[in-house]
Parts: sequence; C-alpha cells; structure tokens
Amino acid sequence: MNARDTILQRIRENQPAGAYPLPDLPSFPFDDGGDLVACFLRNLVAMGGHYYDGTINAAMAELFPDAAVIASTVPDFSGNRAITSGTEAGQLADVDVGITRASVGVAETGSVLLVDENLISNAVAYLAQHLIVLLDRASIVTTLQDAYRRPEFHQYRYASFHTGPSATADIEGVLIHGAQGVRSLTVLLT
Amino acid sequence: MKESHEQRRAKDGLPALLHEALGTPDDGGAKSGSGERLTHGEATSRPLQPPPPERQPRGAKVHHRRPVDHNEAAQRFIDAPRHEKMHDERLWDLRQKRDRQMHGIPEWETLRELASSIKQHTLAHLGDHLERFEAQASANGIHVHWAQDGAEHNRIVHGILSDHGARRLIKSKSMLTEETGFRHYMQGVGIEVIETDLGERIQQLDDEAPSHIVVPAVHKLRSDVAEVFARTLGTDPNNDDVHYLAEQQREKTRPLILGADAGMTGANFAVAETGTFVVCTNEGNADLSANVPPLHIASIGIEKLIPRIADLGVFIRLLSRSALGSPITQYTSHFRGPRHGGEMHVVLVDNGRSARLGEVDFWESLKCIRCGACMNTCPVYRRSGGLSYGATYSGPIGLILDPTFDRRRYSSLPFASTLNGSCTNVCPVKIDIHKQIFAWRKALAETHDIGLGKQALMKAAGAVLSHPKLYRAAIATADGALKVLPDFAVTNRLNTWTQGRDMPEPPRETFHQWYERTHGGEEGAQ
Ligand code: SF4
Repeated sequence: MNARDTILQRIRENQPAGAYPLPDLPSFPFDDGGDLVACFLRNLVAMGGHYYDGTINAAMAELFPDAAVIASTVPDFSGNRAITSGTEAGQLADVDVGITRASVGVAETGSVLLVDENLISNAVAYLAQHLIVLLDRASIVTTLQDAYRRPEFHQYRYASFHTGPSATADIEGVLIHGAQGVRSLTVLLT
Repeated sequence: MKESHEQRRAKDGLPALLHEALGTPDDGGAKSGSGERLTHGEATSRPLQPPPPERQPRGAKVHHRRPVDHNEAAQRFIDAPRHEKMHDERLWDLRQKRDRQMHGIPEWETLRELASSIKQHTLAHLGDHLERFEAQASANGIHVHWAQDGAEHNRIVHGILSDHGARRLIKSKSMLTEETGFRHYMQGVGIEVIETDLGERIQQLDDEAPSHIVVPAVHKLRSDVAEVFARTLGTDPNNDDVHYLAEQQREKTRPLILGADAGMTGANFAVAETGTFVVCTNEGNADLSANVPPLHIASIGIEKLIPRIADLGVFIRLLSRSALGSPITQYTSHFRGPRHGGEMHVVLVDNGRSARLGEVDFWESLKCIRCGACMNTCPVYRRSGGLSYGATYSGPIGLILDPTFDRRRYSSLPFASTLNGSCTNVCPVKIDIHKQIFAWRKALAETHDIGLGKQALMKAAGAVLSHPKLYRAAIATADGALKVLPDFAVTNRLNTWTQGRDMPEPPRETFHQWYERTHGGEEGAQ
C-alpha cells in the first residue's frame, strides 16, 4: 500500500467513535459603537495601519513625495513600474510604493482583504516598501465571521487579510514595523 | 521618585509588572501616527528595560536515548536571572494581553466551544475530510503528497526540489519541519535553507531549536541576538539596538529571498471544502516565501484540517488573541491554488498523528492549533525556558505531545508541571491539558517507561517549585486563575509519585466552575 492509503486506513481504524456533529455557526452581535467605518479605522490604527483622508493623488504627494518607483494595480493612479500577471517577483524588488484595491474591510480587526486578481502580482504587496490600499467604505463588514461568508474565498487562488504593516517584536518585545514586508500600510476610503 | 505599582496602574489601567525593575518609560517601539505606543503583535503592553548582557543559558543536554533532564536545564535558566525575569515578564504579559482580548468578546466561551466541537468533528471524520481536501486541492492545480513520517516528508520535499534543480529554499516557521529534522536533512543533501521569520532566523543562525512555538527566540536578550548576528551576519558586535538588529536581518535576508529557487511554508489550517490552506504570520515572511519563488511547497500536519471556510471565522478570531493578545496576525493568507506560472505542492504529514487518534486519553491533543497560550500561562515554562524541555514542543502542550514521539526520552516531561490547570483554562480549543499530563504520568508509570531514577524524578519541576515564595508571589499577585490549587502544587510537590498508583487527584475545580465563580477571572484580577 502507498503512504496515502496506509495513512487513511490507519486514520479510519483509529478515528474516535461517536457522532461528534459539526455545529452550526451562529452570528454574534457586534458592537461597532454606532459607526462601522470609525470602528474599522480605530482598529486599523491599533494594528499599526494608517488611513488617509483624501484622494490618491493627494496621498502620494503628501506621504511619498520622493517615491521613485511606484507600482499601481488600480486605474485611479498610474505608477511608473508596469505590473502584469507575467511580472516576475524580482522585477518588483525596488518598488517604493505599491498601490492596490481591497475587496473587503473587517471592522473587528481593521483588516483589508487583498486578492490575486487585484494584486496582479501577489509579491508586490510584500516587496514594496510601502503599501497604499484603496477600500470602498461600503465593503466593510463587521466581524471576521461575516468576512468568511463572502464569495472571495471560493473564487480566488490567493486571498490575504492584511492588518497594518509587516511587524515583529521577536527581540525583547520591542515592536518594529517593516520586519520583512511593507514598512507601512495606508488605507484610503473611497 | 519611583512610581508604585498602583500609581502606574491607575494611569494606564494595565496590570502591574511581575518584575517591577524591568519597567521603563519608553522602549523605542513603533507608535501610531498620533504618537501612541502600539502593542499589537507580540509587542509588550508596557515598555521594558533591556537587561544588561548575561551569558545565555543553553537548553537541556541531549544524550542519545537518555531521558531529558528538564530540571537540570531549568536550574541553569533560573541561575541566569536577567534571562529568566525577561522571559517570565514577556510571556506573562502575552497571557495578560490575551485576557484583555477575551474580555472584549462576549461570545468568547461560545467560540471556544465551537472551536472544540469543530475540531472533534473533524478528527472523528478525518479520513473523509482529508480525501475531500485532497480532491479539491488537486482540482485547483495543487500537487498533493502524503508522508507517513518525518523521513518520508523530507525525502518528498527533496524530490520536488531536485526535480526543479532548486539549490536554495526560503521558508517560514513551521513546527512540523522541526519535528521532521528538515533543516538538518537538507544540509546533508546540499540544499541551502533560509528561515525568514526573525525569531526563527536568530535560532537558525545560533544553531538552536525554537524555544517557543510562536515566539521562537523569546528566551534570548537583545545582547544575545547582537552576539549571534555579529558572529554570523557580520553586524557590529557593539550595537544591540533592536531596530538596528531587525533592519540588518531584513537587509541581509532580502537578497536571499529574491534569489531563492523555492519557498516553503507550514499551514495553520487546511480547509476540506475548498482545498485551501491558511498561513498566519506577523512579518509577511510566509507570503514572501510563497509568492516570490516560482515553486511553493507547504508542509501540513493531517490534524490541521477543518471542514468549512466559514469555520475559519471561529478559529481566526481565537488564534492570535489567544497567542499574542492581538486581534489578528498582521497577515492571514489563504492559498487555494498556484499563481499564474507558479507551481504549488502540499505534503500531508502523519508522523504519529494517526496513531495518537486512537488513544482514548490523548486523541483530543490533536485539536491543538499551536497558539502557545498554555505555554505563556505556565509557571514552570515561564521560569525554565522552552529549551530546557530538550524536545520539539515545550510547555504544557509539549508535555503531552513529546512522549508520543519518544516515550523513554521524554518520560520525565509530564512531571514538569504543577497540574494547576491554568493551561486548560486558556486553551482556545478546550483541550484538557492538565488531565492529559496527569494521564501521561499514569501511562508511563504503568509501562515502566520512566527512565530517570527515583531521585531525579522527584526533582522534576523541582528547580522551579523550590522557590515557593517567588512562585506564590507570582501567582497570587497576578493571576486569579492560578489560584486553582497552588497549595496542592507547592506542598505536594511530586513525591506522591513514589507511592505507586496512589497518584494525586487532578484539580477538582473545572474551568466552568472557576468561570462561574469568578466571572472569567474578575476575582483577584489586577
Ligand atoms: S494546547 Fe491549546 S493552548 Fe496550548 S498551544 Fe495548543 S491550542 Fe494553544
């Protein structure tokens, strides 16, 4: 017998008897303090994220005036580094600012969901030094449980919740942004 | 003048530090745009003072086939007070952060119940769920492999890498690959493996195992890291600034990431419904490993299965809150298929799990989602350091997993516990950890697998417990939950073992009773 069949056979011999039914998943009430968007932004900031109140052009001019290499995956802003599905990750290594659009925001955690179709090349969201994420305020859901009821997880080959920037506190608990991935993440509501 | 605990607490509403001398006004950690100190991820609630350098205590001495002497290594950790206090403080703080998150979610107990039931269901029907996962993943274009043990896993991965002529592999942290001795194997076949998580990279460069399943280098001080980086990466040996050290690692790892032939990750969850696997990190290093090289291999223990995407709502809400007291990890990534032009492989690994499934007393340990909460709360773990267990897994979860890999070598570990039940109280999937530890003591005694002499056994956890004043002070001031049976733990020690079958009773108060009585820890909470 091959490994697969041996493992499956042993599992079936050893599985605990008893029904152990799969429970239904209830929805729990979520207290957003009366303002879902404000709740989202509050939690985003607590996780080290920023938000910018204004247009993408204003954001770029104010936050990253010196950015030399900009890779944009949104029509709202044209960068100067082309990004297609054929782009090798290595071609994105020197990107200063990446710009993309999220499909969902989660108020409970301040997370944004990035999917492969919007990212065009997944690596841009990690290799860029800074990331700007556009989010339609109507796409903000309450909790992670609500988020997981969305179709994205059945549609895309890659979907990732980003909650603030790359972070580590592996040395003595001192928090550092930009451990390996982006040094900052800024959300812009549209 | 120095502020008292109470004055400080009154200002920020946080519990007092366990070791007051570690307090400091600022640690230079990241702040929000408006200048607030941030505490997400594994960051401490309060800034801590960097302790002066001190020689790092090393872990348990490993002798082939001789049982690990946890007590001996624990004593050496305690004898390095700067390390021990920092370790104790940081892990206790993670526990406190976890409690605050718990209090913010009224449905917390219901989520734990759901998580436990979902895992029980999955394990009781694991064969079906694995087959479904395999079918879905294959349909999505993922190559699925099966490995009976660690050696087979390593061979399979080696085969995939050889097929692609891959010479350098970047990887994110995975306890499974620690189980399989993966890096050691790859070194033998000439494939370079680069860990990309900061803590794991520190441990790799220092040739040490991770001491904690979530924060692998938590037992090290910044001065230790500066020494390791100076020796291995050529950084300035006199600069132990944490920002400098982290930035050096980023800069030195980036070219290795860009030049890698393949990337490897573990998985926190694998979803049968869609063939998706999920990886949670704070650094984004798993996503770099998966998305930069053309080839992605994921090693997944067969117990990681869950049935439905919607179940993730329960588990992701619990995981990082339990682990770090942070609402979610910075990155929670869902892989359902290879990206354009890329190739994706999954290796499903048994390595003892299917056998454990058949053990009436122990199968529920397979519910574990590796959050580390039981370690953070454990008074023995906090004061002895993860490497003192001399095993892949340490702390309470280690006590019940390690003997399944090698009964004799890890025969003394189930005695490195006070059976205070705190681990069980915090476990997000409701594993009755302390009862399993107790059951292991019985099982090992019955089969005469206890390898240490009687004297040594009586000392198990003795180094930690022989400082009853410190131990009592720590639990009395800081933890309502730990009031469960402290007297039992301290006065009974472990010598009742010598009376044969006359084992100490497990704690009488269950979590439910405790919760009812204290409303989830209000009693005695600081
Ligand atoms: S046993 Fe429970 S608390 Fe411990 S690591 Fe596993 S899931 Fe977390």
